[in-house]
Amino acid sequence: MNERNERIHGVACTFRRPSDVFHAAERVRDAGWKCWDVHTPFPIHGMDQAMGLPRSPIPRLTLLGGVTGFLTGCLLTWYMNSYDYPLIVGGKPYWSVIFPFPVLYECTILFAAFGTFFGQFIFNRLPHHHHPLFDLPQFSRVSDDTFMIVLEARDANFHLDESRNFLLSLGGQEITVIRD
Amino acid sequence: MAHAHDSSQERPAILDKVRPAELPRAKLILNDRSFHWITDKVCAIVEEPTPTWWKVLFVAALFIASFTFVGMAYLVSTGTGTWGLRSPVGWGWAIVNFVFWVGIGHAGTLISAILCLLRQKWRTSINRAAEAMTIFAVMCAGLFPLFHVGRVWFAWWLFPIPNQNGIWPQFRSPLEWDVFAVSTYFTVSTLFWYMGMIPDLGAIRDRAKTWWRKAFYSLLAMGWRGGNRQWSNFEMAYLLLAGLSTPLVLSVHTIVSFDFAVSNVPGWHTTIFPPYFVAGAIFSGFAMVLTLMLPLRAIYRLHDVINQYHIDNMCKIILATGSMVGYAYATEFFIAAYSGNAYEKFAFINRAFGQYSWAYWIMVSCNVITPQLFWFKKVRENHSLVWIICLFVNVGMWFERFVITVTSLANDYLPSSWGYYSPTIVDIFTFFGTFGFFSVLFLLFIRFLPLLPMAELKIVSPQADPHAH
Repeated sequence: MNERNERIHGVACTFRRPSDVFHAAERVRDAGWKCWDVHTPFPIHGMDQAMGLPRSPIPRLTLLGGVTGFLTGCLLTWYMNSYDYPLIVGGKPYWSVIFPFPVLYECTILFAAFGTFFGQFIFNRLPHHHHPLFDLPQFSRVSDDTFMIVLEARDANFHLDESRNFLLSLGGQEITVIRD
Repeated sequence: MAHAHDSSQERPAILDKVRPAELPRAKLILNDRSFHWITDKVCAIVEEPTPTWWKVLFVAALFIASFTFVGMAYLVSTGTGTWGLRSPVGWGWAIVNFVFWVGIGHAGTLISAILCLLRQKWRTSINRAAEAMTIFAVMCAGLFPLFHVGRVWFAWWLFPIPNQNGIWPQFRSPLEWDVFAVSTYFTVSTLFWYMGMIPDLGAIRDRAKTWWRKAFYSLLAMGWRGGNRQWSNFEMAYLLLAGLSTPLVLSVHTIVSFDFAVSNVPGWHTTIFPPYFVAGAIFSGFAMVLTLMLPLRAIYRLHDVINQYHIDNMCKIILATGSMVGYAYATEFFIAAYSGNAYEKFAFINRAFGQYSWAYWIMVSCNVITPQLFWFKKVRENHSLVWIICLFVNVGMWFERFVITVTSLANDYLPSSWGYYSPTIVDIFTFFGTFGFFSVLFLLFIRFLPLLPMAELKIVSPQADPHAH
């Protein structure tokens, strides 16, 4: 128990206004931090740039899903209506891309949506029900009207006292050490 | 989201020269409400003790819903003869109700997806409830074709699943396209709705006092922490789902209209059907959104977040789509006359002056005439009147589907095979019950899930701008 409490996850610091946390985030980014995050009740406009985050990789999974969906639709309709049980309808070809197009279209959208939806869970590492942040009393206000910067202990820049002072210099209000 | 940082600093030089007048934008949230006020307002709806009106309505809705289930049980145990379907009208109320409910759903997707892509910020106040409406309306819609197949225990043959006959679905049929369109629509709408709700479920979880409430909302919120790294992926996924739902919603009602347009029945076989059906769907869906949101706004005192600006916008969309629908009615007549096809001409004269002319004129007066009242600001500001007009629109759009489905089938080519279709009491009760089924689901949604998207409301409030000082 004691040993567990010794381990530190990081340092958290709260802010009251979006503009405060926005400018603080720019300074954390400029100080070269890699393992840190800004927790906010809503996505702040321009925060990705303020944090120096790259573009989200989700579109790749959307594309992958869409292509898979289209090909699945093609395979499905071709196998069923042309290969396994060929249907002769009006002397037309057994399979073409035209007649089952609505099916291919819907499959494309369905699988692209799966790629996007599950991509969001995969890249956000959700579900994640146990996280040290949930033990922090002030964290429950982050989904309401409080903004929080968390500097994680696994970052090379991390040093408990220095990081705490750094957050103080950014204009943070409550500074807390998060234990694992 | 990109370039926001730059745009605030670089101001075109021309602006200093011409000094444009500052036009105030309509306020989306009145009385400068704080973030905390928004959280409190929305969470209070699920946190307060169950109100009496909710209990009364819930029991009433359950009772009404039982009509559908009894009706369906009677149909299955006795046979499809209990519906008023017989030659020549094989598509009666079941298909009318199916198209009616699917159409209702479309406004939800329009609000959540198309208005999101068009950056219409006013959508935030109503999008969650409208999306819920979509999902529940599609559930009601799905019941009808499911039971219309006659032997509902074989309905799974519609899906591409191997069966003992070794026969597969036939993908040239618009009815098969419908299976794919509607099931995809339901799935994607549900994913979109749920994903959008995750941050708000997290907010309810963080305020939960009792253990079961904490457990329930923790499970649903998936451990959402609101970190910007999460928001960045979340916003991208949200935008992509909006981008995917837009072609989806247009395709769904297009394919529903193909059920008619791909056949060669006079009055059905027209190329105008897809756009005309989509406009009608959005028209009826917005009417339903207002029908639901106006009472909720009054009950929960949401006047600051759903204000006159929102109601005005919705009324104007009803006016615009209602006028499109009216224009489509006129175009159909013109094309029928211009086509020189005797059957096509007859189909339309018969609609307006034949044995179902009563239904036709109910449709025209509800869909074309009543929404024109929304030209007047006084009407848009009188919310009881808005609500009543929306009821008229709902009735009118049901009759539109009735007119299209029944008139064309009852009097097609050979006068010797004409007939007159009337629904039976089973048809009527089954349809009536779906309003109860819908209400049960909607009441549960109000009680247990965040009615308004809190995070999105916070984004549109002025204090969310990080460059404001």
